[in-house]
Amino acid sequence: MISSNSNGIAAQLIDVHKVYRMGTQEVKALAGVSIEFEAGSFWAILGPSGSGKSTILNLLGCLDRPTKGRYLLTGQDVSTLDDDQLSDMRLGYLGFIFQSFNLILQSTVSENIQLPLYYMGWDPLKSEDRAMELAKRVGLEERMNHRPMELSGGQQQRVAIARALANDPAILLADEPTGNLDSATGNEIMNLLLELNRQGKTIIMVTHEPELAEFASHRLFMRDGLIERIES
Amino acid sequence: MLGKYRREVKLGVKNLLLHKLRSFLTMLGVVFGVGSVIAMLAVGEGASKEALDRIRKLGSQNILITSAKSIEEETTTNSRIFMSVYGLLYEDEKRIAESFPDIKTTVPVKEVRKQARLGERTMELRVVGTTPQWFDLVQRPLVSGRILLQRDFDDFANVVVLTEHGVRKLLATKNTIGQTLRIGTEYFEVIGIVQNAGVIGGDIQTPDQEIDAYIPISVAQERFGDVQTRTVAGSQTREKIELNQIIVQVGSIDQVEAAAAGIEAMLKRFHKKVDYRISVPLALLRQAEATKRTFNIVLGSIAGISLLVGGIGIMNIMLASVTERTREIGIRRAIGAKKKQIILQFLIETVVLSTTGGMIGMGIGILIPWIITQLAGMPTVVSPFSLVLSLGISMGVGIVFGIYPAIRAANLDPIVALRHE
Repeated sequence: MISSNSNGIAAQLIDVHKVYRMGTQEVKALAGVSIEFEAGSFWAILGPSGSGKSTILNLLGCLDRPTKGRYLLTGQDVSTLDDDQLSDMRLGYLGFIFQSFNLILQSTVSENIQLPLYYMGWDPLKSEDRAMELAKRVGLEERMNHRPMELSGGQQQRVAIARALANDPAILLADEPTGNLDSATGNEIMNLLLELNRQGKTIIMVTHEPELAEFASHRLFMRDGLIERIES
Repeated sequence: MLGKYRREVKLGVKNLLLHKLRSFLTMLGVVFGVGSVIAMLAVGEGASKEALDRIRKLGSQNILITSAKSIEEETTTNSRIFMSVYGLLYEDEKRIAESFPDIKTTVPVKEVRKQARLGERTMELRVVGTTPQWFDLVQRPLVSGRILLQRDFDDFANVVVLTEHGVRKLLATKNTIGQTLRIGTEYFEVIGIVQNAGVIGGDIQTPDQEIDAYIPISVAQERFGDVQTRTVAGSQTREKIELNQIIVQVGSIDQVEAAAAGIEAMLKRFHKKVDYRISVPLALLRQAEATKRTFNIVLGSIAGISLLVGGIGIMNIMLASVTERTREIGIRRAIGAKKKQIILQFLIETVVLSTTGGMIGMGIGILIPWIITQLAGMPTVVSPFSLVLSLGISMGVGIVFGIYPAIRAANLDPIVALRHE
């Protein structure tokens, strides 16, 4: 069932456990999860709070390490990497979209989009060109020198998406990307993600809204740290 | 170094400019720390340089032997008719000059207080009878005319060299040269004017007062004798002193202390009472240098404390800043920034802050001594070393007090940091 051939597999969890220690109590957030995310797919992870969906996203995002089990990102085992190596994986292969946009408020739109390129050590001029190109892709080329607070919620999320795309990631991870937006704007953002998926981006999105999950090609339902079911 | 971290420095400056007032207030501690250090060092350096210059002017190869009333004599000279006899003798000079091979020159000095009169002006002069060598030992540039020469000494010539200051007081100008000055009951021809040095303070007595008249010692001895009578508060005191001072110069600095000890031993043999005092400018110089070192240590401690306080101020604000920017740190880490990049970012901010403070402090530290010199006329010396040191220290303060907040920022769990409100 577990394919040793990672071609076409963007990310793979193999019997992943995650245990948090809360004081003296141990909380099992994941209790043995195995799943493959094919390249180019669009996944929605659903489940009630405490079901482990955020934990999966943190692990997939290389922000955390599994207590037990293996995580292969584009074929590389990242479950044993140290902090610096995890940073390199995030910088090289992942893009994040958050519910609360998480833009750096004192920086301009252009600077926010260029942030991953800054850490990749890009030449500033090339980096600016790339930021402009990405801003065009999300329809914000007129707003490059604005600061996030001068933009609407939908526009801020577009900036975040442009930033997430800057390093041309293998996987786009979205955590409730429309949670802070009204439904019309939320739909726009979902359509933008759908568009990106059609262009070949692998997207994994955590949501608790079933109707948003309808945009995805695959739905993963979590309950009590285990996979409840998968719909395709 | 700046080149390598150019982007980081730019980012740091930008972040600091976001909170201009806060950044400014944060760096004030370092500003005043560095400013006061440089200013205090400049004032201290100026004062000690002045003192050291004065001592150096006495000559580090010189030994000064001065006549002084012995303590027992001081307490017994109440009698009105008593004449106190004390001090160095003409014999002493000869003995010293002949006994020590290390000694290059000896200069006898005889002081007499006399009323002087030039034209309409009269004033009391300190008449210094000495030899031509005096002008070699005590640097006294000639303003006009000539100094005493050996032939004046040999010929018992009634000639006098005045100091600039004395000349001014006597209402005379350069054409005073050749005029006749009455000193006591004798008439002297003014042959030269020399610059007067600053008043020598402290322990050292030299014939170096501002209003001096220099005449050949042979003349002083011949015309004024060895007994001086002074009337103080109705009672007369009479003193017999042959020589007021003997200045001895040895060949090199290494010989100074041995020669001084030798002279002391010899004088002890020939004088029943200790009616002389030996001072060694070299020893005074060493003492002054030791004092200066102590002063510098005290200053260093004050500087250390003020910079410590400044540094703590910076650390405090940076810790607050880390808390305030937790979310930003989380974002940067999620995107892929390594811990050391976060450390670098915060560290550069504190270093930029403290170095900028240090540079402003340098400006203040240069300005304050200048103002002191302008207003109080005190000499100050801003040494380049103190500037380099202060700048280095302020950078160091940035690093030392920035490292903890920076490490705290880097060690934040990105997942927690991202959720931070």
